[in-house]
Amino acid sequence: MAPRLFRVRRITREIHDTVTLHVEPAERDGEVSFAAGQFNMLYLFGLGEVPISISSDPAEPRVLAHTVRAVGPVTNALCRLKRGQMLGVRGPFGSGWPLREAVGGDVVIVAGGIGLAPLRPILYHLLAHRDQYGRIVLLYGARTPRDLLYERDLARWRGRFDVQIEATVDAADTGDGWRGHVGVVTTLIPRAEFDPAETTAVVCGPEVMMRYTIADLQKRGLPPDRVYLSMERNMKCAIGLCGHCQFGPTFVCKDGPVFRYDRIAPLLKVREI
Amino acid sequence: MQTLEAVLAGHAFFRDLPHDDLQLIAGCGSNVRFPGGMRLFHEGDPADRFYLVRHGRVALEIASPDRGQVVIQTLGEGDLLGWSWLVPPYRMSCDARAVELTRATAFDGACIRRKCEADPRLGYELLKRFAQVIGQRLRATRLQLLDVYGTRG
Amino acid sequence: MAECELPAPSVLTADGLETLFAALRRRDYRLMGPTVRDGAIVYDEIRSPADLPAGWTDEQDGGTYRLKPRADRALFGYAVGPHSWKKFLFPPATRLWQAHRTGNGGFEISQDREDPPKFAFIGVRSCELHAIAVQDRVFLDGKHVDPTYKARRERAFIVAVNCGQAGGTCFCVSMKTGPKATFGFDLALTETLEGGRHQFLVEVGTERGAEVLIEVPRGKAASEDLVAAQQAVARAASQMGRTMDTAGIKDLLYRNYDHPRWDDVARRCLTCANCTMVCPTCFCSTVEDTSDLKGEHAERWRKWDSCFTMDFSYIHGGNVRSTPRARYRQWMTHKLATWIDQFGTSGCVGCGRCITWCPVAIDITEEVRAIREGEQQPPTAPAQEAKDADA
Repeated sequence: MAPRLFRVRRITREIHDTVTLHVEPAERDGEVSFAAGQFNMLYLFGLGEVPISISSDPAEPRVLAHTVRAVGPVTNALCRLKRGQMLGVRGPFGSGWPLREAVGGDVVIVAGGIGLAPLRPILYHLLAHRDQYGRIVLLYGARTPRDLLYERDLARWRGRFDVQIEATVDAADTGDGWRGHVGVVTTLIPRAEFDPAETTAVVCGPEVMMRYTIADLQKRGLPPDRVYLSMERNMKCAIGLCGHCQFGPTFVCKDGPVFRYDRIAPLLKVREI
Repeated sequence: MQTLEAVLAGHAFFRDLPHDDLQLIAGCGSNVRFPGGMRLFHEGDPADRFYLVRHGRVALEIASPDRGQVVIQTLGEGDLLGWSWLVPPYRMSCDARAVELTRATAFDGACIRRKCEADPRLGYELLKRFAQVIGQRLRATRLQLLDVYGTRG
Repeated sequence: MAECELPAPSVLTADGLETLFAALRRRDYRLMGPTVRDGAIVYDEIRSPADLPAGWTDEQDGGTYRLKPRADRALFGYAVGPHSWKKFLFPPATRLWQAHRTGNGGFEISQDREDPPKFAFIGVRSCELHAIAVQDRVFLDGKHVDPTYKARRERAFIVAVNCGQAGGTCFCVSMKTGPKATFGFDLALTETLEGGRHQFLVEVGTERGAEVLIEVPRGKAASEDLVAAQQAVARAASQMGRTMDTAGIKDLLYRNYDHPRWDDVARRCLTCANCTMVCPTCFCSTVEDTSDLKGEHAERWRKWDSCFTMDFSYIHGGNVRSTPRARYRQWMTHKLATWIDQFGTSGCVGCGRCITWCPVAIDITEEVRAIREGEQQPPTAPAQEAKDADA
């Protein structure tokens, strides 16, 4: 399966090590389509391929956004791309967030660090179909105030009166001028406004953060079959054939990355699985 | 307007405490107000008070020569601030500063401590409840310690 | 649609075998079969029955493989060697596509246009037919079909051989994958050397097989020929070098992710990945993107990989399975348990290669036995719920 050629249309420098690439198909009438929570494999000529979540609005037919953090050779090169340069895109792959299952109830979104990127599409969707859902709550934790992503989106969403947005950072120095919450994202859960009997929760972030978050969501009465999380494993082919992304009997690239918590809860308890 | 006792009775932390205990604790409480920026206490100060934050935000900070004041946790409405009053050597373990205008109920920890010495049942009950708070803070701190959002190697 | 009746079994001599090979070559098949090389019986291109390991047998045990001469001139008197047919259907290195830079800062991708090879596999054992069927499910039955595998698999002509003797590490009987070949072949041979007569009973499996066999001189199979063939297979079935109790094996392994036996095997396992290389069903691969020095030409290759390698599970600056314990557990649990949830069958066909080619003689049948016997009491099965809940 060969990559499809895309061109960089716009670049947003999010924070010091993270860039959002807005890309469109190289062919003039090309369109894109994906489900919130899915990911693409991004290829740079001769360098390699990495799995990156799609972080744009699923309703947008032409441009895809990928928020990339520079952690290795390929992601570093992706973060240095310029407007007009080309990359290869394979996808979209994987399972998406439970938009349908969440209809009619409250939705709690808990994001840790760059975990907000694959969750942003669900926010776009929820806000575009606002009357289908009850309360919408976003709890977002980052390392420091300088690591908060999508500040403009967050500010815009906070301006609405029908969604609760809470952000927190793990630590803040005096120089940051931060007057918001300080503490891990789980500390935001006790006071978030949602009805545990009628809520779907979607969680994405480092695995430890997700485990702690899910424990605290359950303490508030959320049943395990109403919590969804996005897992991450090493990926090479993204189509269930190379074996790298196996997590117990599941392939994260096709059975995930979004999993309903009760279905993988036992696996999360096994070390080094 | 609610009495302090009624406020405490409705708060998760004090729930199911016998009426007399609630009265006693409420009797040791007084309303306080901190304008934004004001220091509540310093690291090492004698720990004779604890607070129930009613409105606003308090930052717990640790002074670090190269980084200035590092905020490690903020507490807000409904949070209990201060457990060092119950545990020897009764010294505050970090700095605290009101981030914005903050109203709280301050409790005379030294007085309640004396009452606990005289009535171990009350002491055990309060220690149990504060141990839970400390446990939650410890758990959250451990997650903070892991620095999960940081990159490795 | 009514199935055409396939011809009844017949009998070939060694000359008949030569004619069969020629008939296949005339149809542009490249014959791949067993041949002696470097002290082992490997699968490579052959031209005639003369290339087969006539008069050779193998002695296999944990970490041991030796060729020994036979008293007779049997052409298929041995078990399986270090190669499996996956090296032809799922090649160790495959170029997926090439790309070159174009003027406008972009690049163009081009797929290879070569005709896929047409193989005739000579001497495929029953366990290997099952292994091919296992890999068929992996590469052909999912949402994404592997085009390389599909093209080669569709063109492959299979001449199976029923084993007349078992290998030292074989346990196909336990895995219900042999020794008799019952499906998946175009033709199946059973070699007998009784009373000075060296001949092959030929069963026809497909119309394609029947069509080729028409060109081969053969005799009618008498009842004693059929009996001799049955006895040969029965003899192989009675000689199994190993056994594995597969009752409830999936749940057994799902329950025992923390069994102390994993620490025991971890002390022995070198994570050398031999087992995954010789296993006929292991399918893990990696993708390598390369470019030339000028940066104008790029290629993507797929290569065999192994879950035993250090960075197989690398994410975010670390490996999920960093210890040999975790990696051995992954391999064995995948092969015998999670494979069932993923593909509906066991991943193991009982060929014994992993036992023979392990440098420290780790024996998968023994590891299962040790876990079963060392179990205290079954608590609830962890990973079991993961797939069950999906139903």
